[in-house]
Amino acid sequence: MSKTKKDAIAIHVNGVGKYFGSEPNLVKALDNVSIDIRRNEFFTLLGPSGCGKTTLLRLIAGFESPTFGQMLLDNQDITNLPPYHRSVNTVFQSYALFPHLTVAENISFGLEMLKKPKHEISATVDEMLALVHMEELKHRRTDQISGGQQQRVALARALAPKPDVLLLDEPLSALDYKLRRGMQIELKRLQLETGITFIFVTHDQEEALTMSDRIAVMSNGHILQVGTPNEIYYNPQERFVADFIGESNFIEAEVVSVTKGRSATASLRLAGTRKTFKANMPASKSKDKTATVFIRPEHAKLQKSTRGATLTGTLTNMLFFGTDTNYHLELDNGDAFVVRSQNEIGHAFHPAIGDKLGVVIDEQAIQVLKD
Amino acid sequence: MLNRLFWKKREFSVTYQFGFATIALICFFALYAPISTLVFYSFNAGNNLMLWEGFSFQWYVEASKNELVQEAAIRSLIIAVCASLISTLVATMAALGTTRTAPFKGQKLIFIMINQPLMVPEIVTAVALLIFFAIIKTFTNYYGLGYLITAHAAFCVPFAYLPIKARLDGMDLSMETAAGDLYATPFVVFRRITLPLLWPGILAGAMLSFVISLDDVIITEFVKTAGQDTLPTYMLGQLRRVITPEINAISSVLLAVSLVVVTIFFLFTRKRY
Amino acid sequence: MARKLSEMEAERIKRKNRANWLLSMPAILLLLFAASGPLLIVIVYSFLTPGNYGGILWEFSGEAWFKVLFAQDIFDDTISLSDAHLSIFWRSVQLSFLTTLICLILGFPTAYFIATRPPKTRNIWLFLITIPFWTNLLIRTFAILELIRNKGVINNSLISLGIINEPINMLYTDMAIVIGMTYVYLPLMVLPIYAAMERFDFRYVEAGFDLYASRFKVMRRIILPIIKPGVIAGSILVFVPSLGAYVTPRILGGGKNLMIGNLIELQFGQGKNWPLGAALAVTMLLIVLLALIFYMRISQRSEQKDAQ
Repeated sequence: MSKTKKDAIAIHVNGVGKYFGSEPNLVKALDNVSIDIRRNEFFTLLGPSGCGKTTLLRLIAGFESPTFGQMLLDNQDITNLPPYHRSVNTVFQSYALFPHLTVAENISFGLEMLKKPKHEISATVDEMLALVHMEELKHRRTDQISGGQQQRVALARALAPKPDVLLLDEPLSALDYKLRRGMQIELKRLQLETGITFIFVTHDQEEALTMSDRIAVMSNGHILQVGTPNEIYYNPQERFVADFIGESNFIEAEVVSVTKGRSATASLRLAGTRKTFKANMPASKSKDKTATVFIRPEHAKLQKSTRGATLTGTLTNMLFFGTDTNYHLELDNGDAFVVRSQNEIGHAFHPAIGDKLGVVIDEQAIQVLKD
Repeated sequence: MLNRLFWKKREFSVTYQFGFATIALICFFALYAPISTLVFYSFNAGNNLMLWEGFSFQWYVEASKNELVQEAAIRSLIIAVCASLISTLVATMAALGTTRTAPFKGQKLIFIMINQPLMVPEIVTAVALLIFFAIIKTFTNYYGLGYLITAHAAFCVPFAYLPIKARLDGMDLSMETAAGDLYATPFVVFRRITLPLLWPGILAGAMLSFVISLDDVIITEFVKTAGQDTLPTYMLGQLRRVITPEINAISSVLLAVSLVVVTIFFLFTRKRY
Repeated sequence: MARKLSEMEAERIKRKNRANWLLSMPAILLLLFAASGPLLIVIVYSFLTPGNYGGILWEFSGEAWFKVLFAQDIFDDTISLSDAHLSIFWRSVQLSFLTTLICLILGFPTAYFIATRPPKTRNIWLFLITIPFWTNLLIRTFAILELIRNKGVINNSLISLGIINEPINMLYTDMAIVIGMTYVYLPLMVLPIYAAMERFDFRYVEAGFDLYASRFKVMRRIILPIIKPGVIAGSILVFVPSLGAYVTPRILGGGKNLMIGNLIELQFGQGKNWPLGAALAVTMLLIVLLALIFYMRISQRSEQKDAQ
């Protein structure tokens, strides 16, 4: 596998769809999806269950054929190539470790199938065992080791044939929280060390944000947005993306005027208040009179007095998270709004439920959504 | 070719294996073709087994008029009904004693005892019963149907036991506990809760043992005294002579009975409530 | 107080055990009387002297056991291995083995096929396999007889199609017995393999494909090793009744091609040598027992594996 330049495309998915069943019970698991996944990238497919992320993964792996569309691996058409002819390996959600084989036999399975010479196989198996720190359990049966260890073996087994692309189907979902955090760091390390393209499927936004180079957010068989964790978090294009990742406030805004430049800028009034803000306007919304505006709870500030505040409301609930506290407000127009602020030692601000409070929002924190 | 009917062309399938569907369909065909041919020729008008001479119920009429067949049929029914009743009763009791209980001493032994007829070749049991009943006959001078009924009841026990045990295993003890909590005495709990829930299993067991008893050849052949033919042993005897489609007619009726009973059994065991 | 409670508990368990035994008693007595008990009498009979007109004389004799394997020449009393008995034993084992093998070759793909159907249709296929299993063995054998006899359906249609001129002689051959036993016992092979296949997790197959195993390799290296217990169970379930077969060889083998079952029957009928028949029956029982022990050891081993 020659390493070409860094931005080369590893997987090219072109207008792919996967339908199950037939009318009237046709299920469109994937509908006309196109995506490019770069070489050496840690790429994450993120979405709720049933969004089509696992179907897309299974299509790339070759366990299912697409109803239409085309897929390329290193510019080679793999659309109808059976999985045993694709240089793509999978870490299964259930691990699917062969129960009749030992740890070492599981890891060497793929190499044996590729008819590698014996000495090379045993060398690679040892290398892989070292990579995932499992040398001692080499000859154990796979049902005699813990869940976390099974996870490592599944990783080693999939990495052993040195595939072009490694697919990971929610591999951490069966682990407890502590172990999961450890494995997140471990996975990132393995990806950097091996230089293999990782495609990671998860419904856990935190997992996606911490590990990925880029994320594709999926819903209902479509890809909504592709971007770096930063872009996805700070500049979600659609309400679904904003809502699915992190916490969000959505506020209806009145469009006062739109100035058209290289990108349209709008003057907005939030939730019936007087003050106008300027924000980028998506091209598709430039003629609308109202828009939905999105604000992260941590980008709003709470203050005791209502004077000079962007919005005002009554405190209805406080949730303590250790590092932060979430303040739930009922705005004067009846909408709910959440402010998240960091807890500091000696913090003098101790509001009580029922207090009338002000919220200050910076212009930069306001973003207009496409829908 | 046939494979492709069941595994879609071009689309990748995880389960596909070359030629498997073809072999399977050949198997299904081979299983049903001989029986179907047999039933088909039972409607033959001619007295020749192989040459089709037109459709008629002649052989069914003939068989029903044959006194030997009538007697054998009645005998078969009496034995099957008695044997399945006895075996179902004792199997139900044994199932109640061996399921949903902490492991107890001798439980394995009881299992082995109950399933023993499934493990020992029928010819061996048949020989053993021939010897044993011959001894009893010389002592008691009793030559009635009792021997056949007892023998049938015995080898039907595991067949009656299996579905009842399966049903019990799937039953939650909490229902009985709840009934007990609501002041029901153990007897009332059994009559009002356990028995109604167990009923499908008991019926299934009774039906299986009925079919097994009705179909038995070997043990009956060895245990029966002269003139105690059942339908299967009557047929076995006829096979030594010139065979007429009458045998096909009797076979078809027996097949139909088995088919009906087993279908009902299948529906019973599948239904869950 | 605590001791008393534990004593009460022990007493309660004791009572429950007694109730369990009492409930099982009628079944056990019935089976002791009309199934297991008489087997012991067979063993006793195998050590007695044959009566002149069937039955036995109450005199100890090892002759029956001797005759199972050896024959004494009528004229010069030389002792040799009993060719007649040995060849029947050998034929029985051969035919049973062949039957098991053919059932495996046909039954495995069939079980696999049923297990890979969608859940809705799977039950129908399963039902189609169980129906022949519950129908009369004699009738099924008779159906085969009608098909393969010289003037049967197969020969008749082959002749009328002009493929052959003379009927192929199939009936009363070893082949006829194997065809008959395969036909009769095939469901016994399919059902346990299906049971194992149904529990099989096809994600292992996906993992195999993912690791570059071809369909053949997946079958040989993953599916077969994992469902081996089902295959062994099916093989035993076919082999044991084949070895003990009586009806099928009697009808399809004619008088000449005997199996052990027919040999045993012969001693109680024309042969009028009950002790020899009893000894042969015990021999058959021992062979079957060996097969069962073999099976139990293998299934226990796989159970232990599951438990670990």
